[in-house]
Amino acid sequence: MDSALLVHRLQFAFTATFHYLFPQLTMGLALLIVVLKTIGMRRNDPVYHEAARFWGKIFGINFVLGVVTGIPMEFQFGTNWSIFSRFAGGVIGQTLAMEGMFAFFLESAFLGLFLYGEKRLSPKAHWLSAVAVFVGSWLSGYFIIATDAFMQHPVGYFTAADGSLQLASFWDFVLNPWAGWQYAHNMCGAAITGAFIMTAVGAFYLLSGKWTAYARIFVNVGVIAGCVFCVLQIFPTGDGQGKMVADSQPVTLAAMEGLFQGQSGAPLVIVGQPNDQQGKIDNPLEVPKMLSMLTYRRWNANVRGLDAFPKPDWPGNIPLLYYSYHIMVGLGTVFVAVMIVALLLLWRGSLFNARWMLWILMLAAPFPYIANTAGWMTAELGRQPWLIYGLMRTEAGYSKVVSAGNGMFTLLGFMGIYMVLGILGLFLIRREIEHGPVTGPATEAK
Amino acid sequence: MASLWFWVVAVMVATYVVLDGFDLGAGAIYLFAAKTNDERRRVLRAIGPVWDGNEVWLLAAGGVLYFAFPQLYASSFSGFYLPLIIVVWLLMLRAVGIEFRAHIESWVWQAFFDTVFSVSSILLAVFFGAALGNVVRGVPLDSTGYFFEPLWTNFKLGPQTGILDWYTVLTGVIGLVTLAAHGSYYVALKTDEDLGRRARGIALLCWPVQFFLTCSSLVATYFIRPEIMVNYGKHPVGILVPIVVFASLAVMLWANPKGKEKLAFAASSLYITFMLVGAAFALYPVVLPARNHQYDLTIYNTAAGIHGLSVGLVWWTLGAVLAVGYFVFVYRMFRGKVQLGEGHY
Repeated sequence: MDSALLVHRLQFAFTATFHYLFPQLTMGLALLIVVLKTIGMRRNDPVYHEAARFWGKIFGINFVLGVVTGIPMEFQFGTNWSIFSRFAGGVIGQTLAMEGMFAFFLESAFLGLFLYGEKRLSPKAHWLSAVAVFVGSWLSGYFIIATDAFMQHPVGYFTAADGSLQLASFWDFVLNPWAGWQYAHNMCGAAITGAFIMTAVGAFYLLSGKWTAYARIFVNVGVIAGCVFCVLQIFPTGDGQGKMVADSQPVTLAAMEGLFQGQSGAPLVIVGQPNDQQGKIDNPLEVPKMLSMLTYRRWNANVRGLDAFPKPDWPGNIPLLYYSYHIMVGLGTVFVAVMIVALLLLWRGSLFNARWMLWILMLAAPFPYIANTAGWMTAELGRQPWLIYGLMRTEAGYSKVVSAGNGMFTLLGFMGIYMVLGILGLFLIRREIEHGPVTGPATEAK
Repeated sequence: MASLWFWVVAVMVATYVVLDGFDLGAGAIYLFAAKTNDERRRVLRAIGPVWDGNEVWLLAAGGVLYFAFPQLYASSFSGFYLPLIIVVWLLMLRAVGIEFRAHIESWVWQAFFDTVFSVSSILLAVFFGAALGNVVRGVPLDSTGYFFEPLWTNFKLGPQTGILDWYTVLTGVIGLVTLAAHGSYYVALKTDEDLGRRARGIALLCWPVQFFLTCSSLVATYFIRPEIMVNYGKHPVGILVPIVVFASLAVMLWANPKGKEKLAFAASSLYITFMLVGAAFALYPVVLPARNHQYDLTIYNTAAGIHGLSVGLVWWTLGAVLAVGYFVFVYRMFRGKVQLGEGHY
């Protein structure tokens, strides 16, 4: 691989991956803060408002980091991927511009009101500002997913005389069927991150015997939301997304599943290492015929393997794609189990005293980030070797005028700045958690 | 259609510079105007609820540029690679400086973030001024429609220019002085007592420099790019631009010492808008001039397809109406002189 291409890909992958650590919590928490504020308004309960204010502070820190790491994303389409931008900007520029016009303005205007305007606004207006922030952040998610969906599954375009892509049908493009499933699947993932973080902070407080009244609310809301979204994450959204991949990117499906040879009654590999030199899975642990069933709803359906496709069309890095996909699915399955057990305990009223479960819930906090990251890696590595599926190869799209050395310089610069930002963010969020939801003694009378 | 989008982008850029310009300017004068912790908090409180929204105009203008003129976006962003990435880094540091300062009540922590905020604001003002200078001067585009500029070469205007040469340094300094004055008028408008007085004093100091640099930039621009006069010759209405620019300079000079802060701020906004409109008017229909004119990027060879542009007009209008609505609402909510007390910053 050309080294400039590698550097441009690494920089985009690194900045996008690091960036997405923040929006997933922003989008998840925005939803849960609306839930907390709605319950607070309905029951007229100041504890819920206080809880919303506490999460608002963490949301604020997280939001700043999301904004700050998001700025380079919009620039890099032009700076690092200018040939791609020139080729496809007439189409995907639409959704990227709409994100600015509809989502960012809404979010930024109402976030200030939500964080600093509670005393100036009526309770209803303050609730509305929380809803506006939620809508803004979820809209923003849609525009980005719709942009990615075009790269995964281009629709609604035509090729102009100069060879560039231009918009043919706005609605076909914006309502890309790929975007629908991907959005649902992605937003469930964001809600899972929010729910797990809220639960984990609640579990931490319960384990350390601090702020227990708030901690119960956090665990309660977090576990119920977590359970709902973990189930939705697998069915129908994950299933729907998988079928789209099977229909439109069969070679990607084969690589994700590590299916080197096509067969009828294809097994589902649970554990195993893809050996791309010899074209097989090392030490596989398989469920017979399961892949055929999941993909085509028939035990003996024929699933095409990698051998059905010319090698230049295979995703470039099959082991990484395979591991990303299996980590995502494996973690998703564990999440459902954890959340269902937690919900049962909650329902029986024993969760707040079940210290072993609280430990699990607290330590689960980082894993949704890993699962979401692995999911995005599956989507984007699976799209390779294409930048726009079937239309432009990745190697054709980067900025030829920006040399590998310049790219490496800025990549290292981003790494350094992001390391500092990450440490700052963790430090400040830890302080908020340490400080707790209200000023005053941390332990209340039981 | 492409002409319409040219003016949409120009207006969005002008809106960005007027809005984010005052919080960048407030950052530029921050260390000099605001001495005590209370005063610094007042400045941050004045821009705190709005700076992020102001900056969205940059992202939104960038997005619209991408969608309406993909070829221009591709060439200019990759050609200005290093300065743009540095701008991105500065924007990041500045945001962190504003937002993380208040989290810890420690003199050292706050002094550190104060400096980060102020220095990045100053450098951004210079970079934006230099960026405009680059666009007016032209860049070494070739037949592929791409170019790559080093940060500087020999500071002369040869065929191989750098980002910085004597002309773009001049426009960079104009950018800094203009935004510093603009930020001073805003701080004077939003605060009182010593802080407000000091902000007015800084604006008063900026004025002669701003006046002198405005005149010299007009001469310098005519000298390096005589073809800017073509559009002014074709459309005599263009004569309004220098008239408004100098009239608003006069109003600034008159209104500031009299304590008419709103008027001074409005005049400064008008000055910025007309400087940018004047540049856009002079360039049109060129969007990025080449040092060799046969490779100029114009609205005709960079615009997206006509269907996309027409569809865009529908949602853009809707989005712009909504955005203006939010801004009016938010600025009304936080109107008046800032009070310390409840809340962040």
